[in-house]
Amino acid sequence: MGRGRAVQDLHHLSAEHARVSRLTRLLESEKALAAALLAPGVAILALFIAYPFVMALWYSLTSIRVGDAGHFVGLANFTKALNDTIFQQAFKNTVFYTFWATVFKLALGMWLALLLNRHFRFKRVIRASMLLPFIIPTVLSAFAWRWMFDPTFSVMNWMLYHGGVITDRLPFLSSGDWAMWCAVLVNTWRGMPFFAITLLAGLQTISPDLHEAAALDGAGAWHRFWHVTWPLLLPVTLVVVVFSVIQTFSDFQLIYVLTGGGPANSTHLIATYAYQIGVGSGLLGEGAALSLFMFPVLFAVVWIQLRYLKRMDTA
Amino acid sequence: MARFTRRKFLQASSAGLAGILASHRAPVFAQANTVHLLRWNDFVPAADKVLREVFAPEVQKALGITLNLETINANDLPARATAAIQSGSGPDIILLLNNYPHLYASAGVDVGALADEVGKAQGGIYPPAARLNRVGGKWVSMPWSLVPALIAYRKSWFDEVGAKSFPKTWQEYHAVGKKLKAAKRPIGQTLGNTFGDAPTFTYPLLWSFGGQEVDAKGKVMLNSKGTLASVKFMTQFWKDACDEGGLAWDDSNNNRSFLSGDISATLNGASIYVAALNAPDKFKTDKGEPLHTDIQHSPLPAGPNGSHNYHTAHNHMVMKYSKNQKGAIEFLRWAHRKENLEKWLVVQKGYAVGTARNWEKHPMWNDVGPSLAPFKVAAAGQSRLMGHAGEPNQKAAEAWNKYIITVMYAQACSGKMSAEESVKWAAGELSKIYTT
Repeated sequence: MGRGRAVQDLHHLSAEHARVSRLTRLLESEKALAAALLAPGVAILALFIAYPFVMALWYSLTSIRVGDAGHFVGLANFTKALNDTIFQQAFKNTVFYTFWATVFKLALGMWLALLLNRHFRFKRVIRASMLLPFIIPTVLSAFAWRWMFDPTFSVMNWMLYHGGVITDRLPFLSSGDWAMWCAVLVNTWRGMPFFAITLLAGLQTISPDLHEAAALDGAGAWHRFWHVTWPLLLPVTLVVVVFSVIQTFSDFQLIYVLTGGGPANSTHLIATYAYQIGVGSGLLGEGAALSLFMFPVLFAVVWIQLRYLKRMDTA
Repeated sequence: MARFTRRKFLQASSAGLAGILASHRAPVFAQANTVHLLRWNDFVPAADKVLREVFAPEVQKALGITLNLETINANDLPARATAAIQSGSGPDIILLLNNYPHLYASAGVDVGALADEVGKAQGGIYPPAARLNRVGGKWVSMPWSLVPALIAYRKSWFDEVGAKSFPKTWQEYHAVGKKLKAAKRPIGQTLGNTFGDAPTFTYPLLWSFGGQEVDAKGKVMLNSKGTLASVKFMTQFWKDACDEGGLAWDDSNNNRSFLSGDISATLNGASIYVAALNAPDKFKTDKGEPLHTDIQHSPLPAGPNGSHNYHTAHNHMVMKYSKNQKGAIEFLRWAHRKENLEKWLVVQKGYAVGTARNWEKHPMWNDVGPSLAPFKVAAAGQSRLMGHAGEPNQKAAEAWNKYIITVMYAQACSGKMSAEESVKWAAGELSKIYTT
């Protein structure tokens, strides 16, 4: 009886050993190990990025609406979108909003990064506090801005009026043009710290020797920036701009809270309009088609900028 | 004392999970008779309090139903409904405004028996409310209440500019509004992208000038002389008489502006009056009197084609995906009983009224005072719905949700387009909806 048990244990052990060896051998193979390590990431990407994207693509080719699976309609939803004047306006608005918000974020972010790169008292506290707009949830900060721009109770109007600067209230959100610039302002306020901190990190990798050498050669502050700082900071800048363009072009929360796309659809972005059609009106196919118009634009931006970065690397 | 190790915990919880999965049944606590009701944040907060503090314990006692009330911003209700229907899970009952039951018709359980029962017991459901909830002859949702929209105005301020009674026509209202704006007391009206106060103003304005979205067969008729006249009128009225910040208002801005004394009149439910009534020390007139004593209500003025009003309908849809359809219908049946529904309607003080005729005779109307008296019969007087002269169907819901009629006025008032261009634009947008 005891001998039989011992033999059984031995068989069990050797089988276990063989299994462990196979696993060890497998993991020793670089390809297999790489695949194993990548698998969770790929699974998450497939589940949360690829699957919704493919579903959106499929939805955009069908007449699906809430509670009705619909049928295949080819490119009809895309054609309808192209003929939709509200969408045309939303597309133009999105380009305008992205362009100006990115320009301001880059210019002000760079300026702030250069200032923060200097030595001054309470440097760390100020650097940390600068991130506040970026840390506060967008919905909350957008609500605060909405109150500041309120047509009746705007604190800014109150201050300007009582300061004798204006005699009538400024139409922050009640004029289409004003509302769009207000949205650009809030986006800039929210996104600038990201630019500043990232560019600051880039600035700190630039050796002070280069600036000293340029200064010894007689270069002024502007020339040192343009011929030393800017070229060395360009790769970081391009990456930040790519991220910013992607986030701003697909922005939703800020406009949804601040203006709801109004007045008279003047501030609708592609994302807010797609939401209104797809989720609000239940026209899921049309909403998906509208949102997919963002894809080629963003893909082109990313491709051009990454290609430029690659060329710089090989140069 | 035996130690409860991590290993034991994992073994126990795995066994429990395996048991649940093998039984194909939810655990006992989730099978209880719970009804999840999704509604808006009521403009009369006391009404939500009644649902939480009176309805919930009483329905628990009467039927053993646990009422789980969730309230959200009204503008977000369609998004929640869409997400719930597509995912096949969510609240058992969802509050749907106006013509949304037509948009979500396939997701609603037939509540015809309940509607018949309530209609018979309470003097008949108003025909417009029935049209909003019946799709293809089937009751896909249950009418709950109507929120009459009337103009709340400051009686003393109107008196001061010579308007001893509320203007009967749009032209008279324009003339009075011009004087009020000159006295820094403009009329407040939202023309923003918002669900309630904007369409309840713009649709009746369109109708009162003879405009209409479509004919009875659904052919778009918007580009007409009547529509153009209404847009031209509104453009001038806006400039002369209104607070032009209204282009950016949502449904709550006019309440705040009125209560703070920034505007003299606005189209609204009774919520402004109710708020002033509930806080007489907070909201006062320039003479220090309680503000509610200076608030009167009136239907919208008449145009060449008469006077029209639109009152926001609130409907409850029992969702097909619900695992507790029976409980949800039982809850609604219990809630619609006179002795229960009146507890909710009484605190509304006319902001929301019943959808059946007998509620006009309720004793509460003897106590509300003359200012709220017009709310008693306002809902009964409604004849037109969005999508007029066609059906209040999916197309009408889409047009409402895209704010096309409201934007038509907003574009002209903001100077973004001429009246002619804006009418043409709106007719084109409607055609795209009605021809697909």
